[in-house]
Amino acid sequence: MMHRFLTLLTVLLTSLLAQAAAAQDGPLRIEITEGVIEPLPFAVPALVAENAAAEEVARNIAGVIAADLTGTGLFREIPEKAFISRITSFTSPVQFADWKAVNAQALVTGAVSVDSAGKLVVRFRIWDVFAGQELGNGLQLVGTQDGWRRIAHKVADQVYSRITGEGGYFDSRVVFVSETGPKDKRAKRLAIMDYDGANLTYLTDSSSIVLAPRFSPSGDRILYTSYESGFPRIYVLDVASVRRRVLESQDGTMSFAPRFGPDGTTVVYSVSRGGNTDIFRMDIGTGRSTQLTSAPSIETAPSFSPDGSRIVFESDRSGTNQLYIMSANGGEAQRISNGTGQYGTPVWSPRGDLIAFTKQSKGRFHIGVMRTDGSEERLLTASFLDEGPTWSPNGRVIMFTRETQGAQGAASLYSVDITGRNLKRVPTATGASDPAWSPLQ
Amino acid sequence: MTYLTRLLMLCAGLALAACTDPGRFDDSNTVDLNGGNGGLAGSASDPTSPAYFNQAVGDRVLFIIDQYTLTPEARSTLDAQADWLMTNRDYNAVIEGHADEQGTREYNLALGARRANSVQEYLLSRGVPASRLRTVSYGKERPIEICSDESCYAQNRRAVTVISIAPTS
Repeated sequence: MMHRFLTLLTVLLTSLLAQAAAAQDGPLRIEITEGVIEPLPFAVPALVAENAAAEEVARNIAGVIAADLTGTGLFREIPEKAFISRITSFTSPVQFADWKAVNAQALVTGAVSVDSAGKLVVRFRIWDVFAGQELGNGLQLVGTQDGWRRIAHKVADQVYSRITGEGGYFDSRVVFVSETGPKDKRAKRLAIMDYDGANLTYLTDSSSIVLAPRFSPSGDRILYTSYESGFPRIYVLDVASVRRRVLESQDGTMSFAPRFGPDGTTVVYSVSRGGNTDIFRMDIGTGRSTQLTSAPSIETAPSFSPDGSRIVFESDRSGTNQLYIMSANGGEAQRISNGTGQYGTPVWSPRGDLIAFTKQSKGRFHIGVMRTDGSEERLLTASFLDEGPTWSPNGRVIMFTRETQGAQGAASLYSVDITGRNLKRVPTATGASDPAWSPLQ
Repeated sequence: MTYLTRLLMLCAGLALAACTDPGRFDDSNTVDLNGGNGGLAGSASDPTSPAYFNQAVGDRVLFIIDQYTLTPEARSTLDAQADWLMTNRDYNAVIEGHADEQGTREYNLALGARRANSVQEYLLSRGVPASRLRTVSYGKERPIEICSDESCYAQNRRAVTVISIAPTS
């Protein structure tokens, strides 16, 4: 896989200001906790191609940086045709007045070259135009030429984090289930792509149903459920080698809904035996499993807290599906969902403060978030069928499955900001469901 | 009792529009109904044939929304399934539990497991040996009807008894 060959060196280039950190507190800042956001105007001129081999990629990188930033809904791109200044040299002083005149509050300048070893070398700086100073330090990134998109995402992550004060999420991937064929004969296969839909690769063929893939905390492995034995079983797949092995296969049982714990060795999942579904955990090094719940009700969809101490899950023990939190070792569980309707597929946010869930109420489906004590429930979406939220690495965006109604109904991936803004479809070549967002790479 | 009478009774029991079309139960369609029995259909007029099991006995039972308890109609179908399985001991069965699309993937897998288990428990109670039965849940992954209203959902909330010739030991 391409990403493996991308050795990325981040090298400190220059520091114009002795106290560069002070720029972080400067005027160029989006407070994304505020209620209403006026997107911040920015300009990313084509990077300066320092040799002929870099000419095409210089423009492409600028395009991906701009698309990343615009895609957040927090930034607005100033189109190239409005530019007064041209950036012709990475080292020449920036004409701030020209960028102020087109109202570009942030400016990204950069240069690209292909070195003698055939590596792509990208240098960039981020400018606070109205303050007339650099925002943080310039950086140099080195990677393979076919990894140019990843370098662009890294630059965009820097812009995003320097301006919002939060981590970025552009240099990340999504594993999902690619869907083709009619609703009653749907073919499903695992696929992985960049978060923006680029660089699609299939990980399985479509000979058996596959469901709900989940990344390991380092993104190197994927847990998923497959019917390849004729019964649902959990598999673990190594992303680099695409080798897989069955994780859980007790005869006469079904296992599904797996998720890694933050240590990358503990897995929680559901086992159905004799019609009853309970939650188990397993150390995937030793294969030893422990039963965490033992109620006659359905207990499924477990998800660890980021510190690994607790597990949120869904259960119908009260008569309807609700969300509960228990210790990572099992034991008594506390119900956290309190609204009307049915709650499912809870996922703990990477920041630890929120739980995303699917809610079914009055014939509609919603993606929502609540605090870990169940308070401050907010529904972010509504449709015929929305389900299965997954968090961006910075806990700012949620991706999920939306399925349309009727005989021609099809699934696709959508993302939405946790404020409920910026709902949009994630481009995929086929139908798509069950996304899982990787950590930042 | 003739095949047609049994079929009409089955349709009356299910009380569903789809049953008014007997062609739906043709051998040629059986493959579409989740596959399992299509390969060994035989003739529906032969009471020892899988085709007879699928069509005259009835290979499936339906459930009400979000439930896994067996209706009286379901129990009557399963009585006939148990009789057939006790008579035709060369066959084993995998009971597939299914759900309609109203629910999350995970919950529907668990619900399908409950439905398959309800059928298994009932067949066990009628004397079918445990060694001949297995269960699997498909959740909402394999609807047979694809519209998004109750007429289709009612058909999709089902447990299908898929028979196959037992491996000779």
